[in-house]
Amino acid sequence: MDMPTLAVWKFASCDGCQLTLLDCEDELLAIAGRVKIARFTEASSEILPGPYDVSLVEGSITTADDAERIRRVREMSRTLVTIGACASAGGVQALRNFADVEEFTSVVYARPDYISTLATSTPIAAHVDVDFELHGCPIDRRQLLEVITALLVGRKPNIPAHSVCFECKQRGNVCVVAAHGTPCLGPVTHAGCGALCPAHHRGCYGCFGPMETPNAAAQVGLLRATGMAEADIVRAFRTFNAGAPAFIELSQVARPHERRSE
Amino acid sequence: MTGTATPAPRLIDIDGLPALFEALRGRGYTVVGPTVRDGAIVVAELASAAELPFGWGVETEAGRYRLRERSDTAAFGHSAGPQSWKTVLHPARAKLWSADRVTGSAGTSIVETGAAEPPRYALLGVRPCDVRAIGILDQVLTGGRHADPVYRGRRDGAFVIAVECTEPGATCFCTSMGGGPGADSGFDLALTELTDGGDHRFVVRTGTAAGAGVLADVPSRAADEATVRHAATAVAEAAGHMGRTMPTQGLPRLLADSRESPHWDDVASRCLTCGNCTMVCPTCFCTTTEDVTDLTGDHAERWRVWDSCFALDFSYLHGGSVRTSGQSRYRQWITHKLGTWHDQFGSSGCVGCGRCIAWCPAGIDITQEVSTLASMLEQAAADEDKP
Repeated sequence: MDMPTLAVWKFASCDGCQLTLLDCEDELLAIAGRVKIARFTEASSEILPGPYDVSLVEGSITTADDAERIRRVREMSRTLVTIGACASAGGVQALRNFADVEEFTSVVYARPDYISTLATSTPIAAHVDVDFELHGCPIDRRQLLEVITALLVGRKPNIPAHSVCFECKQRGNVCVVAAHGTPCLGPVTHAGCGALCPAHHRGCYGCFGPMETPNAAAQVGLLRATGMAEADIVRAFRTFNAGAPAFIELSQVARPHERRSE
Repeated sequence: MTGTATPAPRLIDIDGLPALFEALRGRGYTVVGPTVRDGAIVVAELASAAELPFGWGVETEAGRYRLRERSDTAAFGHSAGPQSWKTVLHPARAKLWSADRVTGSAGTSIVETGAAEPPRYALLGVRPCDVRAIGILDQVLTGGRHADPVYRGRRDGAFVIAVECTEPGATCFCTSMGGGPGADSGFDLALTELTDGGDHRFVVRTGTAAGAGVLADVPSRAADEATVRHAATAVAEAAGHMGRTMPTQGLPRLLADSRESPHWDDVASRCLTCGNCTMVCPTCFCTTTEDVTDLTGDHAERWRVWDSCFALDFSYLHGGSVRTSGQSRYRQWITHKLGTWHDQFGSSGCVGCGRCIAWCPAGIDITQEVSTLASMLEQAAADEDKP
């Protein structure tokens, strides 16, 4: 039997998620022994023609060309998995969705007229059908291995969509909210990182995007109770997963123009 | 544990604790007990008595837990922390088995590997509420026809040293749940810590022959009657200092009658469905299984992992989850804990340790929710009686 083929695609992104595949150092040879890596330009300039059994898609759609290209990727991919916050939620570049992109380009570029871009940054699923979304900014190495392994044997990946709090408690972290009053997005954030930040006494930054059933009002109440200003609460939800509908809702529950009274 | 005629209480001085550790270690136990880490008193493996949280107390409130320095050197002057003994006896992750596909001359076969030899823990500093919680886990996990092998192995090997409670916290309500600050069974040794007059000592009672054996290896002296009475009084007085009260009258009925209560909407507006309450609860026992394969497909493992009724996947059947709303998930948790647990296991699932109150990031208070449900039902009944 031929080995299944794997292709890696890049859209608007920083490449950090696809590099996670190279970070699988100990397992990389095992992956290469089970999968034909047919297209992965971060690793090799050799590109084998499609169609491909599995496509890992990184990045968001920010140009008209990319909106066309993702359709072709979909057509030549049996299974399409998005990797990371850009591909799954629009990435940090989705901040443009709340602003005027022409104003941005006029400030950033010497020749804004060279820039051809869409007014929004949107996730892959807004354009084509996606078979599985792997969250994170960047994605977690173990979770990437789990998805590839599960696809190889045809089982469902073990990627729970519950809160980061599960991982904190399973790991034995002391809750930074209850014990220290530290602002933390853990209760509304998708598990997957292994509760990395709280393990180092920091609040969760929400890199993995919204958990399955986030309660926006309750989370904003929690952040207010830690003394966070409204504008800071808005900013907390407008980072890597700014375009995730649940995080948009969270940022809208807070009142950005209200300053802390004290 | 086999009961014996109760020997007279003994006294161990604070200097005797290292000998207690030695006696336990000499019997092959790993000592697990309270220690300060990351701004809380956690349960962890202890290398020596010096790691106990001497001089540390805690202040708890709904959604809040803070360490505070005590005016004395008490090692057990704190109420429940973020972990319970569940983390030791019913661990968050446990490998149930692994299997390898081995291809040899006789073809392909599956070689299974069972669980490893269970570790033997001495649990030092188990509060009476947590002694009861362990009793409830015993009933749930080993009381039926199919005992849980991981729990049974760890439980059978465990040595329990209870420490009675003389300072309940603001989120404590063990007396409401039929317990109390004193320990009368379920332990190998029971200590009561005294620090008055700068004399740091423990009144020790033995609960089992194993306990008596350990105590024999620790320097101790007969406890005089005044000290025993003094310790008993401190424990008895603690019963009057519970920070919370649970209205337990007809609780299972109350929850059954509250099935359609509008109050679930109110709780759900505050509930993050984050699962913290179930994770810190000393009796919440639910798990899920994860089947793990490696890249070659020749090695598989089955792991058991803590789960929570607050996760969507918990009630996932073909086609979707049964309990999708926050309302239904909170209702499920509290109704099982305080109501249907009686039908299933013959007791309440709550021991009144208060962990779910202190460690809820939204500060949801189970005693307050029950009070509200009760008054709403009363009000509804009163309204119905009006002509």
